[in-house]
Amino acid sequence: MEKITILSSSGGLGSGFPEKSLSEGLKMNPDVIALDAGSSDPGPYYLGAGLTTESRASVKRDLELLLMARQKKNIPLIIGSAVTTGAKPNLEWTIDIAREIAKEKRLKFKLAKIEADINKDIIRKALKEKKIKTFETGKALTKKDIDNATRIVAQMGIEPFIKALKLKPDVIIAGRAYDPAVIASLPIMKGFDKGLAIHMGKILECGCMACEPASGFDVLVATMQKNCFILKPPNKIRKCTKESVAAHTLYEKDNPIRLGLPGGLLDLTNVSFEEIGDRSVKVSGSKFIEEKYTVKLEGATKVGYRTIFIAGARDPILINKIDEVIDAVKDEVKNEFKGTKFKTFFHIYGKNGVMGNLEFIKNSTPHELGIIGEVVADTQEASKAICGQLCHRMMHYDYPGRKATAGNLACLYSPQSVAIGEVYEFNIYHLLEVSDPTELFPVSIEEIG
Amino acid sequence: MNKTRSIKDLAKIVRSKNAGPFLFTFDIIFNDVKTYEQVKNSKVINRELIMKLYNLKSNVKVEIFTLDPACAIKITFPRPIPSGSLGDSDVLGAQQHVPLYDIEIPWNYGN
Repeated sequence: MEKITILSSSGGLGSGFPEKSLSEGLKMNPDVIALDAGSSDPGPYYLGAGLTTESRASVKRDLELLLMARQKKNIPLIIGSAVTTGAKPNLEWTIDIAREIAKEKRLKFKLAKIEADINKDIIRKALKEKKIKTFETGKALTKKDIDNATRIVAQMGIEPFIKALKLKPDVIIAGRAYDPAVIASLPIMKGFDKGLAIHMGKILECGCMACEPASGFDVLVATMQKNCFILKPPNKIRKCTKESVAAHTLYEKDNPIRLGLPGGLLDLTNVSFEEIGDRSVKVSGSKFIEEKYTVKLEGATKVGYRTIFIAGARDPILINKIDEVIDAVKDEVKNEFKGTKFKTFFHIYGKNGVMGNLEFIKNSTPHELGIIGEVVADTQEASKAICGQLCHRMMHYDYPGRKATAGNLACLYSPQSVAIGEVYEFNIYHLLEVSDPTELFPVSIEEIG
Repeated sequence: MNKTRSIKDLAKIVRSKNAGPFLFTFDIIFNDVKTYEQVKNSKVINRELIMKLYNLKSNVKVEIFTLDPACAIKITFPRPIPSGSLGDSDVLGAQQHVPLYDIEIPWNYGN
């Protein structure tokens, strides 16, 4: 095989993409459609709760177009980290949608499922055997972290995809995966350079984010050759430029020269980006360096239930004293609910709502403030009761110098306090050493339709 | 005449984002090699400056990288609060870049 062409529809499944871009992309004769459908970016809630950022209707729309496109060209469709978290409830949800589409559209395909949930006993054993490495949390994993996690997944590398591809499925829907692995696996199986393929996957996993104008919601096509890959967006309003592709190479990565991944590093010291006309950019020089094989574990734990209120402040006398008013109100509520475990937070937009302690403008006096009060407690009932009081006390707190004695806040809504459910935190983000890169990720086959 | 120019004025892209739930990463990307080289060689963007701009404690690990083929400077440091953990106010980390705008780079207008 001298070249291989890969089409990625978008930066997610259910994020949407223009149908015309897909049909134009299919004219470029892709050998595979592959996309990354997940991200930890929306935060720990989705992994903890087993839910997706995208709706069922949006995912169904995208998946239907991709399944039809796959069938038309008789090429494989590979979807990784389905959807959002790649955890079991999300993976099964995605496959259920695929079955529904097959039934409605009378499609037949052989599906390979790759699971990425990790049994807690495996992690407990690995912890005992010192096979778990501390990573970006800066904290060693504890037995308690494992016990407390609602759900734990691991990011699979390319090997489980290659194992599944050898079973010749029409469609692969996989759990949590290293984003580029989803897209790089077929080229690597066919013998294309691993470093280049992973770099190509890193760019395609976000759709047209590497284009000008950028969009995560549009189709991007890559053609790999022996020593390079060429990127081109089918949508004529976009182009790849040297800068847009270079910039995207850095996107969401801590180190731009050596990018860590399952089983090694992507070394970009000698990478080169070249505009070759026709809205296309050629990339070469990316190298894979093999290292001890580890997979990244992700776990989330429930820390309580949240209730919030949203209000504005317009009175300059209050705005000047906002910190002391908040401290006083927090104290009042703390005293009232003595014996109940809870935490209160205030987000003051117009002051430091966005950057918190990192904010460098310390002494500005805005003419109005946006205030979000927040209570997290062990039950929804408790957080609702306490947040109701927090809002009420804030509304009527009699601070020194007050003239507006009827109330301190412009409350945005009735009801003032809104219960917004479970709160999760990432409590596991560690590296697990494995001897066989496929052992944690079972592959199973299902004939659909 | 020696003066200075701001990063907001010199760079094409200045952005922040999560690099995983525990790190913030910042990209400063330039349109042309000449501007990039001048900023890089000025050595103004260093660990001490970032610590000062973001009010970071001395034990915070700040990493600064340059990637010549991309005309890019990258800065990475741990988030003060992990993404979505209690008290966090920027789950995706997309609005933490602004202090970088006002970094002043010595600039010789004669060049």
